[in-house]
Amino acid sequence: MTVRLQREDFDVAAEVAALTAGRDDVGAVVTFTGVCRGSENGEPIAALTLEHYPGMAEAEIARHVEEAQSRWPLLGMTVIHRYGRLAPGDNIVLVVTAASHRHDAFAAAEFLMDYLKTRAPFWKQVERADGTQWVDAKAGDDAAAERWTDDKQQAAE
Amino acid sequence: MKIRYFAWVRERIGKPEEEIEPPAGIATVGDLVAWLARRGEEYAHAFENPKVIRAAIDRSHVRPDAAIAGAKEIAFFPPMTGG
Repeated sequence: MTVRLQREDFDVAAEVAALTAGRDDVGAVVTFTGVCRGSENGEPIAALTLEHYPGMAEAEIARHVEEAQSRWPLLGMTVIHRYGRLAPGDNIVLVVTAASHRHDAFAAAEFLMDYLKTRAPFWKQVERADGTQWVDAKAGDDAAAERWTDDKQQAAE
Repeated sequence: MKIRYFAWVRERIGKPEEEIEPPAGIATVGDLVAWLARRGEEYAHAFENPKVIRAAIDRSHVRPDAAIAGAKEIAFFPPMTGG
């Protein structure tokens, strides 16, 4: 399990290779890459700056990686989140999950992304020609994270 | 205890962190928000809508009714927008 916060870019292929090297039990690898869009709410942006809470961000992501590990039979996970100033087209976040079967890898990757959106202490600020603006949290992201709680309750019933 | 602010909460208050000693009777995170909001215009602005303010004690998310006794570091910030 790897969790990294960094300013620099990441190499998706290298991260996948690191999870699968030297083992033959992995049958599925899912990668999700979040990329900086060139517009926000239909308005072009010049850049995106990500602020984070050092110490808590790592701990919060690690907690959810452990939670994913307890919910699905995973063979490896990597989460890398960038911070600092990013330009349109730049990578923001990477989630890689490895499992024997695809359903577990897909589900764990989606679970981790839904929680990263709403629980990991990161804040996006967009930069436009006329100034900067903090991005508002989306109600849809809360709903997406919430449904994993519902799943858990249903499973327990 | 150390108080830390992030994103627009930090910008409105005008500093990333400070050391404070809240008076006796400030027992919960919600009490602390109400007390901070009375410290000046910039605090009142940052905490004008307490419902949107999120908090963490010693780097774990907490709700407004969480007790602050024994906390080393309390952070206030807007809803998160990472990922």
